[in-house]
Amino acid sequence: MNPEELLQKNVSHQLTAEAHGHDVRVCMGAGCMSLHSDQIKSALTAQVKQHGRDKSCHVKGVGCMGLCAAGPLVSVEPQGVLYKEVTEEDAGEIIDSLNKAPVARLICPTDTPFFQNQMKIVLENCGKIDPERIEEYVNADGYIALIKALTEMTPNDVITQVMRSGLRGRGGGGYPTGLKWTTVAKADGTQKYVICNGDEGDPGAFMDRGVMEGDPHRLIEAMAIAGYAVGADTGYIFVRGEYSMSVKRLRKAIMQAERQALLGKNIFNTPFSFQIEVRIGAGAFVSGEETALIACIEGRRGVPSPRPPYPAERGLWGCPTLINNVETLANIPSIIRNGADWFSNIGTRTGKGTVVFAMTGRVQNTGLIEVPMGTPLREVIFDIGGGVPDGGTFKAVQMGGPSGGCIPEQYLDMPIDFDSLLEIGAIMGSGGMLVIDDSASMVDMAKFFMEFCRIESCGKCVPCRVGTVQMHELLIRFSEGTATERDLVLLEELCDLVRHTSLCGLGQSAPNPVLSTLRYFRHEYMAQIRPDFGANGVDTHESRSTS
Amino acid sequence: MNPGVRVKTFKIDGLDVAGREDQTVLDVATEHGIPIPTMCHLEGLTSVGACRLCLVEVVGRSRLLPACVTPVEEGMAVVTNSERLQNYRRMLLEMLFVEGNHICAVCVSNGHCELQGLAQTLGVTHVHFPYHYPDRPVDASHSRFVVDHDRCVMCTRCVRVCNEVEGAHTWDVMGNGANVRVVTDLNEAWGRSETCTGCGKCVHVCPTGALFEKGHSVAEMLKKRQFLPYLTAMRRRQ
Repeated sequence: MNPEELLQKNVSHQLTAEAHGHDVRVCMGAGCMSLHSDQIKSALTAQVKQHGRDKSCHVKGVGCMGLCAAGPLVSVEPQGVLYKEVTEEDAGEIIDSLNKAPVARLICPTDTPFFQNQMKIVLENCGKIDPERIEEYVNADGYIALIKALTEMTPNDVITQVMRSGLRGRGGGGYPTGLKWTTVAKADGTQKYVICNGDEGDPGAFMDRGVMEGDPHRLIEAMAIAGYAVGADTGYIFVRGEYSMSVKRLRKAIMQAERQALLGKNIFNTPFSFQIEVRIGAGAFVSGEETALIACIEGRRGVPSPRPPYPAERGLWGCPTLINNVETLANIPSIIRNGADWFSNIGTRTGKGTVVFAMTGRVQNTGLIEVPMGTPLREVIFDIGGGVPDGGTFKAVQMGGPSGGCIPEQYLDMPIDFDSLLEIGAIMGSGGMLVIDDSASMVDMAKFFMEFCRIESCGKCVPCRVGTVQMHELLIRFSEGTATERDLVLLEELCDLVRHTSLCGLGQSAPNPVLSTLRYFRHEYMAQIRPDFGANGVDTHESRSTS
Repeated sequence: MNPGVRVKTFKIDGLDVAGREDQTVLDVATEHGIPIPTMCHLEGLTSVGACRLCLVEVVGRSRLLPACVTPVEEGMAVVTNSERLQNYRRMLLEMLFVEGNHICAVCVSNGHCELQGLAQTLGVTHVHFPYHYPDRPVDASHSRFVVDHDRCVMCTRCVRVCNEVEGAHTWDVMGNGANVRVVTDLNEAWGRSETCTGCGKCVHVCPTGALFEKGHSVAEMLKKRQFLPYLTAMRRRQ
């Protein structure tokens, strides 16, 4: 019996016992949960019992289904019916209609671009499987990639596959993942570590959360594969403290994987051993920066340190450490399973695969989406996103959170990829996508992100600690219409200083929202300058001598 | 000198220099009498690269690098004093002045203050950023020492000397952003600290008048830093 069969036999027999006629899936993603989808699930379960359908119908909670705007969502398989805005009261009607025509008033059409134009790799299981059951993940070809890697491939083969796939880091920088893996694999040291960065802190970003809550086993499998490839025997998942559900589901998944001997000593009777521990962040945005994150795991204060040395050389407890973002790792099982060529055929020349966006703001279909790299922004926002609601006019889209920038209408037809975004002053970032309509002020937008950076600055280096306060105070003046022309000069001066002298990525990128709005919406800043103050800059805070 | 350490040759401001590979750009520049302004760095303590005053340009690199933590590399060309760097340094120094409450005229360290000295060296005669005027406390609960947070520049030398040299780890850092502050123990009053040995190393490494000995009036607090290189040199010999 080969390992695949063994795995199937071990875990899947329990599923066959539940071969139900109907599968009722209730979205238990954060968005739907906030609308009490857990109560809907209980109501549905109660109705199933009441209707005496225990044997032929199974109600289960699943990860994020994507269309958060229409939540709470419930889907019925195998019919493929999706219900939107479900309430507890609808439970009876839904169960009642299982063998009949679906409940028409609740149907959410799935032939729309939102569902048709997406391509799911990272989110392939999200909204389909119960994240709290390893059996369902295995049934969806889960852990096949790990077995394949451990039994048929050498660590070098695994790295070659990742290298050839063209996968680039989804945490913001877009660093080639294969190159990072090779560096760690070749680094000198007997003890190495793998870290999964789940400290997703950008305002409006919830991609990693979707994966951790909706498909936690995927991460565990990916980390084990990464551990095998680089020669690490221990992995840490660093999750931000606010994501309590992610922590709970990841811990449960780790426990289940250990019980099935998919983690622990001698996985699949190979010499490879791997264990994973969840570490919880204390809520600081900056702890997502890799050196700060390592400090957190070591139990120190989460502040960044100068690089080099890079973690790949000297990371956790001074050992070579591989740090990958959640979304990056979530691509790994699919790449190993389907091959590097399959992956590298998706996307553009420089950006392979798909990209997950958390679409929020003034857009019809807010939610979690995944599209191939190179999809034009217009398609994402207007076809998949359904455009700006209530007859509003599109103004800009903010990408990359506090480190990113605003993209105006004129660049909407540009294909999304790491390099194209960088060129126009935005970044791919972690994938937050905030749509802005003409009712919003871009100055306020910049002010919001600067306030965020001001609060989240760790205070270690001078330019970020003081510069963000200075810039925020200036932006308040612009927002209130009391700015002077000298303030604009000062603002640009500060942007340049903070960008070039800050210690870590947070500080270096903090001016980005200001710089990009100044680049495309300078007239909005000019409109906020008080006309009675002339160019000679006579204003309220003239120079004072140092005492 | 550690065995197996190689020597690298490179250029600082056009001058040909040589340094061991375990030395930083700052070490080698100092040896050759090339001045690079520093604030958080102190010989004998681990460098943290926080004040950013020692940023230098390396030809061919887009980023500015802090000289205090950048190891020397064969063939690198370092520029320590370009117009751009001077401008950045002056602005950074101004930032240190505006974020605290530095009133030199009534300060114990007037005339012996590194911040004041740097301002003079770098030609910062005025600041063009608005002052923050933060509300910061003074802790005089210790029998011999005082910490005046108004004058603290968050160089964290006290934190490092207490941890690395004295081994007490009484000092640490609390808060974030503009609210970041050095604390004794778990933000206890210094006088009630159970870990403080009263050695006074923190006071003498402090670059400004933030930490001082009681009984000193304006301009009377002279800091003795000689002990630190001596201590570390002696320890290395053992």
